[in-house]
Amino acid sequence: MAVAFRARSRRWLQAVAVAGAMFCGGQALAQGLFNPVTFTLDNGLQVVVLPRARVPAVVHMVWYRVGSADEQAGKGGIAHFLEHLMFKGTPSVAPGELSKIVARNGGRDNAFTNQDYTGYYQTVAADRLELVMRLESDRMANLVLTDAEVDLEREVVLEERRSRTDNQPSALLTEQMRAALFLSHNYRNPVIGWEWEIRGLTRDDALAFYRRHYAPNNAILVVAGDVTVERVRALAVQYYGPIPGREVPPRLRFQESPHQAARRLELRSEQVREPSWRRVYMAPSYSGGGDARHAYALQVLMQLLGGDNTSRLWRAVVVERAIANSASAWYDPRAIDFGSAGLFGQPRQGQTVEAVEAAIEAEIERLLRDGVTEEEVERAKRRMTASAVYALDDLDTGARLFGEALSMGRTVADVEAWPERITGVTVDQVNEAALALFDIKRSVTGILLPAAKPERRS
Amino acid sequence: MRPFGLRVLLLVLVLALGLPGRVALALEVQRVVSSGGIEAWLVEDHTVPVFALSVDFRAGTTLDPAGKEGVASLATATMTQAAGDLDNEAFQGRLADLSVSLGFGAGRDNVTGTLRSLSVNRDAAFELLALALSRPRFDAADVERVRAATLTSLARQATDPSSVALRAFYRVVFEGHPYARTPQGSEATVATITPEDLGRFVATQLSRDRIIVSVAGAIAATDLGPLLDRTFAPLPAKAAALDASQPSPPAREAIIVVRMAVPQSVVVFGQNGIKRDDPDWYAATVLNYVLGGGGFNSRLTHEVRERRGLAYGISTSLQPLDQAGLIVGWVATRNARVAETIAVVKREWVRLAETGISDAELADAKTYMTGSFPLQLDSTAAIAGLLLAMQRHNLGIDHLARRDDLINGVTADDVRRVAKRLLDSDRLSVVVVGEPSDVTSTRVLPAEPG
Repeated sequence: MAVAFRARSRRWLQAVAVAGAMFCGGQALAQGLFNPVTFTLDNGLQVVVLPRARVPAVVHMVWYRVGSADEQAGKGGIAHFLEHLMFKGTPSVAPGELSKIVARNGGRDNAFTNQDYTGYYQTVAADRLELVMRLESDRMANLVLTDAEVDLEREVVLEERRSRTDNQPSALLTEQMRAALFLSHNYRNPVIGWEWEIRGLTRDDALAFYRRHYAPNNAILVVAGDVTVERVRALAVQYYGPIPGREVPPRLRFQESPHQAARRLELRSEQVREPSWRRVYMAPSYSGGGDARHAYALQVLMQLLGGDNTSRLWRAVVVERAIANSASAWYDPRAIDFGSAGLFGQPRQGQTVEAVEAAIEAEIERLLRDGVTEEEVERAKRRMTASAVYALDDLDTGARLFGEALSMGRTVADVEAWPERITGVTVDQVNEAALALFDIKRSVTGILLPAAKPERRS
Repeated sequence: MRPFGLRVLLLVLVLALGLPGRVALALEVQRVVSSGGIEAWLVEDHTVPVFALSVDFRAGTTLDPAGKEGVASLATATMTQAAGDLDNEAFQGRLADLSVSLGFGAGRDNVTGTLRSLSVNRDAAFELLALALSRPRFDAADVERVRAATLTSLARQATDPSSVALRAFYRVVFEGHPYARTPQGSEATVATITPEDLGRFVATQLSRDRIIVSVAGAIAATDLGPLLDRTFAPLPAKAAALDASQPSPPAREAIIVVRMAVPQSVVVFGQNGIKRDDPDWYAATVLNYVLGGGGFNSRLTHEVRERRGLAYGISTSLQPLDQAGLIVGWVATRNARVAETIAVVKREWVRLAETGISDAELADAKTYMTGSFPLQLDSTAAIAGLLLAMQRHNLGIDHLARRDDLINGVTADDVRRVAKRLLDSDRLSVVVVGEPSDVTSTRVLPAEPG
């Protein structure tokens, strides 16, 4: 899952990584853990409230059901660019002022864009909720952009792309692999956009995208923290209520074309001294991309195959054969259309990529031949569900889980049912999911290599 | 409403809302001293059935013997591989089955460990911590595996522009002092470290006289004492002597360019700052907020990103080490605009040193620094980390009650004085990694010491 941000934010990167782990194996939710209250305003704004009085603070988030996968051809990156431009002001808030107002009130704010959603959030003292609602609802309806602001911000986004992608060979390879994995679906394009596309994005593009997608009936408001449902309802009606709902076009969804050939990419770079190997597979998501009933079994599968350093891959390739520094497997079902799953291995110095690839493939073959055991499935499920309670140990995790799920068309009940559904996974389901997933024709293999031909093949 | 009916239990974290723009924090910190004399600071909070522990030993990579640089890092990474009667598979399996996360890391002045567990597995979690600390196995295969991963990580850092820039910056500002070293050691020294070296490190450095412990979450003070004894009593009472040599700051401005074929140059800049116990510390934190610590409220973000579109991010921070302090900044910009970006940074450095900050900037910094602080303390791990820092820097157990006053007591004159003292553009060190146009080195990068 690619996410781009308006500002450098380690905390959020960490938070997203934790949420990813939660659904890719590491940690999980127990049944009825959050018990949120939901309601919908007359204008169609969906609201989720998670009252939590542990600290007198609130996190306030607005998620729009639009992301990079909803972009028109040639306008890649507009969802993310608009996210940056949403800080450029309204008739009542000067450009750049929103973040400053939040900070002056002791709060923090940021925003993020993904292939399927765009989100904005503030963390503030509980008595500042009204302030951030006023600011967020204002820019939902009243964004003002000038060419000068847009031109400057385009340079900032190009620098962001250089920092996150162009300066990092592993990020470049990941981007190329994603472009190869999807033949026609928009998931092939990077969230931040290709450089040529970013250069061509204009003020008019941003405003057109804003008018098309930013409406209360295309958004989800999530408030978590020291607040009552009644207070959130009253403030939401006051601030978001007056914004009229509008017709929003159906989400632009591409078909994916048949995959007839496995793809294999090599990226060589002077910045690489140690080679690494990865493979990514197209997979079902929670709601689409093939047989969605595999989505829970695949989480259990990838956990026991390569979720931590007691997994099959780690024990076999890193510990017993001792040819890799790391070997892992992951699965991400959080997408509207296709999910993805993958394998990773990094050879020890003196070992080859080929040896690591062969060792990982041997484990996959063994898995497909012999299947998984009852014991390892039960162990993986126990570990995944037991740590669910950690999701309550901070303010944002719950807010983020519900915002993300609802922006992809899933429900509150889906999120709350996660532990139950994981617990219900059987050995047969895991074996069936493995057979469905590991089709080499639906994969891309990526190899990161040093620029000069190394002497490691001895 | 609340899961698991935990709401009835003690709620320790209490925030009182004060004047507009200010939030005061009242956090009840208990001092727990075990019968064996081990002290821990505790914030009890039973809202969620989890707890976090942090432990710190004043024994960092600076103490690595010459020729064995990297021993502290390798030892801390290997301690959790296997311990006591549990080999690697058994130890890792137990951590995973109990949902316990346990890790150690070595900084320049400290070795820090963190433990997080469900309270239902409390005793077992402490047992695993105790084993890792006092009976790490350092089995040959485990040491080789962690060494191999360390060597690969060092190789990767050697071609990563940000890592190269930061390492070069430390070599410039701490030339001749152990702080100039790369904490993980070098590929040559890491290759020479033996399991015996790791055992010696643990036996001589991780001692009770250097320990600081903090705990937050669902754990009662009365239960903590015996757990502290069981966990930490087996450690040696006293450690070897500490190195207290003071580094001497560079005498003049330096620009160092490290050539690397990347489209965007990474620039690390800064100079000697102040230590945590300096009376001007709070004025310096306000100064840093206004200069580059305050995100979109900082002058550098305004000048570099918002006015000129030169970078996605630019920031500065204060880094207080035991023997020295640093003020250090980071920015990345396309190769053609590096010279311009450095010029803007220098101009802001001079402007702040010459004219200080406005009353409005002072007020904004104060409301943010006092208001945002409690919002960060929403997890047990964050609270345990805060308690550890309070002890490490001798801030006193009542620090949280005084913190707002310390910040609000800073005047514009204080900031002006500290700006003059800290920001000396004639001694600014700048490291550029990339292919910058119009920037050349003014001196040679000092060699890696040791």
